[in-house]
Amino acid sequence: MTATATASTISPVVELRGVCTRFGETVIHQDIDLDVEAGQILGLVGGSGSGKTTLLREIVGLLLPNAGSVKLFGQSVSAANPQQRRGLRRRFGMLFQRGALFSALSVFDNIAFPLRELRVLDEEIIRDLVYLKLGMVELEAPHAQLMPAELSGGMVKRVALARALSLEPELLVLDEPTSGLDPDLADSFVRLIAMLQKELAFTVIMVTHDLETLAGLATRIAVLAEQRIIACGTPAEVLAVDHPFIRSFFCSEHAAAAMQKGLV
Amino acid sequence: MTDATIITARQGERVQATLSGEWTLATLPTPIAALEARLRALTESQASWDLQGILRLDSVAALLLWRSWGQRWPDALAAGAAQRSVLARVADIHRDRRAAPRRPHFVWLYDLGRLVLRARKNLVDIVALIGQLLLDVGYLFAHPRDFPWREFSATLYKSGAQALPVTALVGFLIGIVLSFLSSLQLKAFGADIYIVNLLGVSIIRELGPVIVAVLVAGRSGSAMTAQIGVMRVTEEIDALAMMGVSRSLRLVFPKVAALSLAMPLLVVWCAAAGVFGGMVAANLEMGLSYAYFIDALPRVVAVANVWIGIGKGFFFGLVIALIACHFGLKVRPNTESLSTKTTTAVVTAITLVIIVDAVFAVFTRHIGLPGAM
Repeated sequence: MTATATASTISPVVELRGVCTRFGETVIHQDIDLDVEAGQILGLVGGSGSGKTTLLREIVGLLLPNAGSVKLFGQSVSAANPQQRRGLRRRFGMLFQRGALFSALSVFDNIAFPLRELRVLDEEIIRDLVYLKLGMVELEAPHAQLMPAELSGGMVKRVALARALSLEPELLVLDEPTSGLDPDLADSFVRLIAMLQKELAFTVIMVTHDLETLAGLATRIAVLAEQRIIACGTPAEVLAVDHPFIRSFFCSEHAAAAMQKGLV
Repeated sequence: MTDATIITARQGERVQATLSGEWTLATLPTPIAALEARLRALTESQASWDLQGILRLDSVAALLLWRSWGQRWPDALAAGAAQRSVLARVADIHRDRRAAPRRPHFVWLYDLGRLVLRARKNLVDIVALIGQLLLDVGYLFAHPRDFPWREFSATLYKSGAQALPVTALVGFLIGIVLSFLSSLQLKAFGADIYIVNLLGVSIIRELGPVIVAVLVAGRSGSAMTAQIGVMRVTEEIDALAMMGVSRSLRLVFPKVAALSLAMPLLVVWCAAAGVFGGMVAANLEMGLSYAYFIDALPRVVAVANVWIGIGKGFFFGLVIALIACHFGLKVRPNTESLSTKTTTAVVTAITLVIIVDAVFAVFTRHIGLPGAM
């Protein structure tokens, strides 16, 4: 019992070592190292086309890096054993940028899908769990019967979050969680994620270029620029780094106001 | 990770159940039903519960506990604040309590009615689409510069030129099969040379157009439905409308016009391949010379048959493209709708082609056939 507890504190939830990515001739990442400890909320920022989403896809194993290793919970995501790989994939959930809800399934069936795939739970437990998750993301029970096409943008995100959380993962990966939401909705979505994180104590990695989201959620920030991670640390540490990208990204007047609001 | 464990001990009158380890979906012992049965048995024996040894409790495990407790808090429970909050969350699920709508009696009657209404709506919509196309044609006469040449030629190439190999192959093979089978029959009657009449009329007038129609409906009709359908899903059609571009003029009209032009050409091509295949088979099977076959063909098959075949090709192309575009525009933004609409488009197009073919057969029965000449 104590052995596992210490083991989990030693090996970080996410561990990237020397990750390099190339698309044809273009080099996207060069020699990236990144650690995310349990319970942290890491915000991954970077300019457009700097390969944030690519890095995220490599972390969850949707994409293989050209070189380097990606480990989740101390295990390689590209582990040979399919059984292990499936076990690993159940320990994290991903929220895709546009939700990626199965359009042929109702909200209920979308959230129930990962639970049914396990093939160990009976329908009654699954039904209760789905309504539990719906309540967690502040949706009402009647919403369960809607089809994804009938949902508004904010609701799509919430349902996708509920689906990502349906197996109560230890790691939640968010790709642009607030893109396409108006500031008000984005704000409430950020608060929702923060609340759930406090309650369920999962680790979060998110890609975003919305400073409000970043300020509202992230306990650590990693900045991706010039094909590598130029800064990684607490928001205050990152703000102190003197680099042209960081200056222009964080230190415009609007940005400074947003960050201040979050930090205070 | 440590597995979920239950240790029971007798303490005076009560059974003490001590739970420890990680109580999560990943660590619960399977089958879960067995675990639940054990928990229920403990509840029935009025056990006192100690959850303080649990490292991690997730909703699934909490739900199991709650269910086995009979949806209420047990009398004796030792648990940390975090565990209590997880259990409280599970206790407070808002279920959708509305009963599922009852299936009415005579379901088949409702289904039939719905089918009829849907068929009527489709019919009305198709008529509206045809009307819109006629308006477009009128508009194009007034503004010839607006003719969508690029889309027109693209469809002509994709549905026409690229279909040449497959239609030739299928036509050729059908010709061989038909010639081979009929020659066996004709030989029995000593009527070998009538193979020319038989093949000429059947392939040019009937089989060529129908085979091409089936191929094109499967090939280009489905592609058109899927293309327009995905454009609806990705809101590209709305984007077109926003730019003031008519969707019927830019999307539907070029497809319908190009297919109505490509189909007759494909019919001629496919029929030629079919007759050629029949000629080869007749030569191999009955020793009928190529020269005789080519010489006899125009004498025994009236030219009217070729025109009928071409006319059928035109109408079949019109029907296939119209149906494909109609169902493409009806696709709703989900994958299921896309697949059902594509299927419906192909099936409806082929069915309608056969119906139109039957109508043709009735109205042209006095033209181009030996009895009528």
